[in-house]
Amino acid sequence: MRHIISLLMENEAGALSRVAGLFSARGYNIESLTVAPTEDETLSRMTIVTRGSDDVIEQITKQLNKLIDVVKVVDLSEAGHIERELMLVKVRAEDGLREEMKRMSDIFRGRIIDVTDKTYTIELTGAGHKLDAFLEALDKGAILETVRTGASGIGRGDRILKS
Amino acid sequence: MELTGAEIVVRCLAEEGVEFVFGYPGGAVLNIYDEIFKQDKFKHVLVRHEQAAAHAADGYARATGRTGVALVTSGPGATNAVTGIATAYMDSIPLVVISGQVPTPAIGMDAFQEVDMVGITRPCVKHNFLVKDVKDIAETIRKAFYIASTGRPGPVVVDIPKDVTQHKAEFSYPKSVKMRSYNPVTKGHPGQVKRAVQMLLEAKRPMLYTGGGVVLSNAAEELTQFARLLGFPVTSTLMGLGGYPAGDPQFTGMLGMHGTYEANMAMQHCDVLVAIGARFDDRVIGNPEHFFQDGRRIIHIDIDPASIAKRVKVDVPIVGSVKEVLAEMVKLVRAGKERPDPAALKTWWTQIELWRSRDCMKYDRDSSLIKPQYVIEKMHEITRGEAYVTSDVGQHQMWAAQYYKFDQPRHWINSGGLGTMGFGLPAAMGVQFAHPEATVACITGEGSIQMNIQELATCKQFNLPLKVILLNNRYLGMVRQWQEFFYGNRYSESYMDALPDFVKLAESYGHVGMRIEQPGDVEGALKEAFALKERLVFMNFITDQTENVYPMIPAGKGLNEMILV
Repeated sequence: MRHIISLLMENEAGALSRVAGLFSARGYNIESLTVAPTEDETLSRMTIVTRGSDDVIEQITKQLNKLIDVVKVVDLSEAGHIERELMLVKVRAEDGLREEMKRMSDIFRGRIIDVTDKTYTIELTGAGHKLDAFLEALDKGAILETVRTGASGIGRGDRILKS
Repeated sequence: MELTGAEIVVRCLAEEGVEFVFGYPGGAVLNIYDEIFKQDKFKHVLVRHEQAAAHAADGYARATGRTGVALVTSGPGATNAVTGIATAYMDSIPLVVISGQVPTPAIGMDAFQEVDMVGITRPCVKHNFLVKDVKDIAETIRKAFYIASTGRPGPVVVDIPKDVTQHKAEFSYPKSVKMRSYNPVTKGHPGQVKRAVQMLLEAKRPMLYTGGGVVLSNAAEELTQFARLLGFPVTSTLMGLGGYPAGDPQFTGMLGMHGTYEANMAMQHCDVLVAIGARFDDRVIGNPEHFFQDGRRIIHIDIDPASIAKRVKVDVPIVGSVKEVLAEMVKLVRAGKERPDPAALKTWWTQIELWRSRDCMKYDRDSSLIKPQYVIEKMHEITRGEAYVTSDVGQHQMWAAQYYKFDQPRHWINSGGLGTMGFGLPAAMGVQFAHPEATVACITGEGSIQMNIQELATCKQFNLPLKVILLNNRYLGMVRQWQEFFYGNRYSESYMDALPDFVKLAESYGHVGMRIEQPGDVEGALKEAFALKERLVFMNFITDQTENVYPMIPAGKGLNEMILV
């Protein structure tokens, strides 16, 4: 099962490698990992997308909680949550393709944020599967480069992760 | 007044009440050593290898319950300590290891004796710090001791660059520590504790499975009260020995790979199992699938939530200090009128006695060769079971655990989790420093002892009257045993050729050496050695080469699949 784990940790040098090291040392899988400081700059917020059985996910959250720098851990997939990922795609936009790319970007509610006479760079935000769908909808040969942030997640409604 | 970083380090250790620092100087820690020279608050013990510094600090910690301290230089000094740190980590031993680091501007420059100590130790410490600002030293060291000694204990590394030990800052030692990210619980959830007690009172075939957590949380007394109040059988892991008196009839012996028949069978066939500060590891329960038993319910008490439900499913998890939870359980049982069903318990004990009558630890007492088990039994007798016993790793370790009947906690000191050969001698030094008047023995093999034999010099320098009991079978015995059982007698590289003359070796270090070849000489030699209170005696027992450790559960099998003698 895919799980999306969110955690708050001390914004200190080495904190990220403790989390990454834990995953590799214990053989847990990381699909994506994003991290950045929060509004309180002493804290970082991390979102990890992982896969595993319930037992493995339980161990992952316990082992994460055990790290001294980790303040709080929550498995967002346990309840309502929202996840978003940002992707930048550089595509061919020559002659006949130019109109087609603009249309595709509009359909997926992307924004063209850089233009040359031969390329567009499209910014797209959404859940991971939406970004996947966009890439699939494009002609493979038209994609020059993609970069994705990995998912960030937050609980729905009153569910708040605070120190 | 402003102090240098080095002065601050030394002041912090004094503030923590540190008695001994086990260490080895080098470039990056010269400033700290200069301050050590000028102080008299703690004693520095110069070891002969940094691995031994960590093990000695570890032995000190295990024997006292206090945090052990080691000090090493950067680079090779730091990496040499890593095995010792990993050893402490696997057995949850509180250590603070201070390592020197190259000066801050040189970090990342591949400087002389530079190594990323924080990176290298990350997977084998409870936590680690790189102190980049002299103003942070005091708070960091305070935190290091706090983290090492609370919750599930463990080693903490504090890496300090040389320039930081030169810089100056105001010194004040923090009175307390508060960390929003680290708040270990100690008290068990009352509802869960109540559920567990109820389950125990209803048990027909109960079993108490106790581990190192009993020793670490100083809960031997609570455990004994608890077990006697209920009249339940008790077993212990290798790490928990001494947590419950081995001489007590309720004690069924050690369990696991080399555990007793009765303990392993009772583990497998009980209906309510209480794991107390133990973690169901592979050397204890073997294969979790074989261990699974329909209808058996499990209560698990542990201070580390991650240890619960890691290898086996648990019915009643209780996160908390073993000491507090057991005290609470004793209180609950005493407050109520209900007691376990005496008829069911009697039937259960009859079964256990039947298993016990199998006498799984018998061995040939008429052999013309020295049997290692006999040496340990005699040693137990002569020391009246009161010695602190350290061991290395292998067959001798198992025989020590099986035949030296530990009645007191913190007297059995061995590397259980990591299984570190070379642990015994330096650990024994730490124990002897902690308890200068006590009898301290190191039971070892000719393979293990050679892994830190240089420490005989440290023992001489500090007049440590250890008794080294070398069970010398000229083989890496446990390797040989596995090769005999599972590799068709192909003894690949397990014969220990070219052994030194251990008597001369001991003598050259200034100690007393003995060589014992006949069973009839064992008792006399032991008596003589243990009577030499002021000297280290190195006893080289030439033992039966083919003796194996029984019972044995082959790796990957279940508790009821023992190989018996």
